[in-house]
Amino acid sequence: MNAHTVIADNHIAHPRRDIVPLLLPPLVALLALPMVGSFGTWVTLTATALAMGMIIFVAASGLTLVFGLMDVINFAHGVFLSMGAFLAISTLALLTDWTAVDSLWRNVAALCVTAIVAMCIVGVVGLLYERIFVRPVYGDHLKQILITMGGMIIGEELIKVVWGIQTLSLRMPATLQGFFMVGDAAIEKYRILAIVVGLLVLAGMKWLFDYTKIGLLIRAGVQNREMVESLGYRVRHLFIFVFVAGAALGGLGGVLWGLFQQNISAHMGTQLMELIFIVVIVGGLGSIGGCFIGSLLVALVFTYAGFLVPKLALVSNLLLALLILIWRAQGLYPVAKR
Amino acid sequence: MIRNILSNDLPRSRPLTAVLLVILIGLLVTPFIAPGVRSLDVAAKICIFIVLIASYDLVLGYTGIVSFGHTVFFGLGAYGVTIALTRLGSTWSALAVGICIALILSLMLAFVVALFSLRIRAIFYAMITLVVASAFSVLASQLFELTGGEDGLTIRAIPALSPGTVYSESFLGVTLDGRLVTYYLVFSICVLLFLILLRIVNSPFGRVLQAIRENDFRASALGYQTVIYRTLSSMISAFFATLAGALLALWLRYNGPDTSVSFTIMVDILLMAVIGGIGTMYGAVVGPTLLILAQSYLQDLMHWASLSASGIPIVGNFLAALLSPDRWLLWLGVLFVLSIYYFPSGIVGQLRRRVQRQPESGRSGRTYVECARGEQAR
Repeated sequence: MNAHTVIADNHIAHPRRDIVPLLLPPLVALLALPMVGSFGTWVTLTATALAMGMIIFVAASGLTLVFGLMDVINFAHGVFLSMGAFLAISTLALLTDWTAVDSLWRNVAALCVTAIVAMCIVGVVGLLYERIFVRPVYGDHLKQILITMGGMIIGEELIKVVWGIQTLSLRMPATLQGFFMVGDAAIEKYRILAIVVGLLVLAGMKWLFDYTKIGLLIRAGVQNREMVESLGYRVRHLFIFVFVAGAALGGLGGVLWGLFQQNISAHMGTQLMELIFIVVIVGGLGSIGGCFIGSLLVALVFTYAGFLVPKLALVSNLLLALLILIWRAQGLYPVAKR
Repeated sequence: MIRNILSNDLPRSRPLTAVLLVILIGLLVTPFIAPGVRSLDVAAKICIFIVLIASYDLVLGYTGIVSFGHTVFFGLGAYGVTIALTRLGSTWSALAVGICIALILSLMLAFVVALFSLRIRAIFYAMITLVVASAFSVLASQLFELTGGEDGLTIRAIPALSPGTVYSESFLGVTLDGRLVTYYLVFSICVLLFLILLRIVNSPFGRVLQAIRENDFRASALGYQTVIYRTLSSMISAFFATLAGALLALWLRYNGPDTSVSFTIMVDILLMAVIGGIGTMYGAVVGPTLLILAQSYLQDLMHWASLSASGIPIVGNFLAALLSPDRWLLWLGVLFVLSIYYFPSGIVGQLRRRVQRQPESGRSGRTYVECARGEQAR
């Protein structure tokens, strides 16, 4: 308990100087180098892990924001992810003129259109979902968990009704298939793209939160909702915006993850949710920075463990969460409130 | 006498009493009125799930924390029995060893999980248990040297309980064989376990759990260590779930990922608990009975509905897909959400409503939502 208080004090004194968590992902990567053995393999694995981490970050950020702002935990977030991936299949199937040709720009444009379509549709679904499932149960965690779990069951079944139960494959546009060789390391082209998109989303969020009024209000709402309300802002409207944005980001995450995995079933989102939950627990519920570092950590550990001891990949992440929780009981960057 | 057996927690409603009696007598006489293999299977499954849901309700309804990892303990019990019986031979001592090891593992796991998540926030518990459950099911299907992987393990029954052992050719009109003995063994253990759970929730310990559920801040202000009580509650719940799992393996003489640890089972548990009514042990009797009966017999009806819907022009195919028996879970999910909205106290709550309106109502053991409503009214 004592150590705990000290950490909290440090936070108040130097809110931006807590860099120890930042050092964790590089540390894990360096520690894995001797275990993996070959440098080329290590580079390939690390690139995979970084891409995966970025995708998980995009997928998880909506969930953690929604929790931070309104104390709502949405177990059905996985449905947004699956839906994004399935929408990507349907959209890319319509855009075969653009995906089959051997032109990088057209291929990327096709992916952009796909991503935008998926984000818009998932965003609209998120809006409806917030209205039907989340709004009646604000402030009651028990019911929230149960209702959103019910939402997850229904959503997954509806996806099966629309797209069928079989596993579909999501084909990458022509020029984005294959890999670069860097020394003796093979890096898939798509991983670079995923990392770029992840960084763009991170930068976009950073800009939104640090340089716009709406970001200021969201941050303030996370810190102290009542205070913001008493200043005359409707946190509820803000929240709906965040929820829809979170759902849309989930849709984008689903598109990215679907392209990463290539094979998609209705359970994809739920499976990804397991990693996302570890991420938000490790990072601290409600914190964007924590979510980012948590995503990278989880992806690195998952990838290295998947290479070294394949059977223990998911268990290794649980161990990671356990270790982090021993060190910082609230996650890496606790959101101090309530 | 009955008051003592039921730990002074009577059904408090005539319709509910009638329903409970029908279920009890129905389960008791199933082998005689419907001697088929399928009906006995359904009855045994109902008995086992009653204990499982009751143990789940101890955490969900009485302590107010949501766990998605209940299948882990259920699965540990089932795997404990199957693995012990395949390794050590089909004897009573092997059974005892299997159950003991499973219980110890369950208690340890429940303790660690609860300690790590509950000391922070109760909401962590839901997420961590979900992850633990999926890790466990991955382990169960991948460590195939131990668990038989996806195929699972089939065990030879203990000789005294084997269907081949015939004790009497015609006992009250049916053959008294090992299978029937197993059924009554399962039935009586389930009744006993249920009564013990009823005793636990009506003990002073159970009252503290309910106090924590209603207002954990106030409970800790009164001097109760909420973390310790919540941890104990989840450990007790794990203990009973493990026993239910052991009974399941004993009955089915088989265990695999799909029978005890898959996420589908967890969803079933949730639906049964909520539809039956949380925060009251009797909900754990009504919910599983209704859902398992529906699952076993209603899906045929959906098949028929789906076939006839495909005849309707234009929307027919879509409607048929919606109504196909494979989409069973969709309608259960809708029912689940609707019941949380409109009947938050489940079937038992509805049956009890008339009694609740009377002036001297709800002295104790009110359901979670009824209490919440009272809180709002103030």
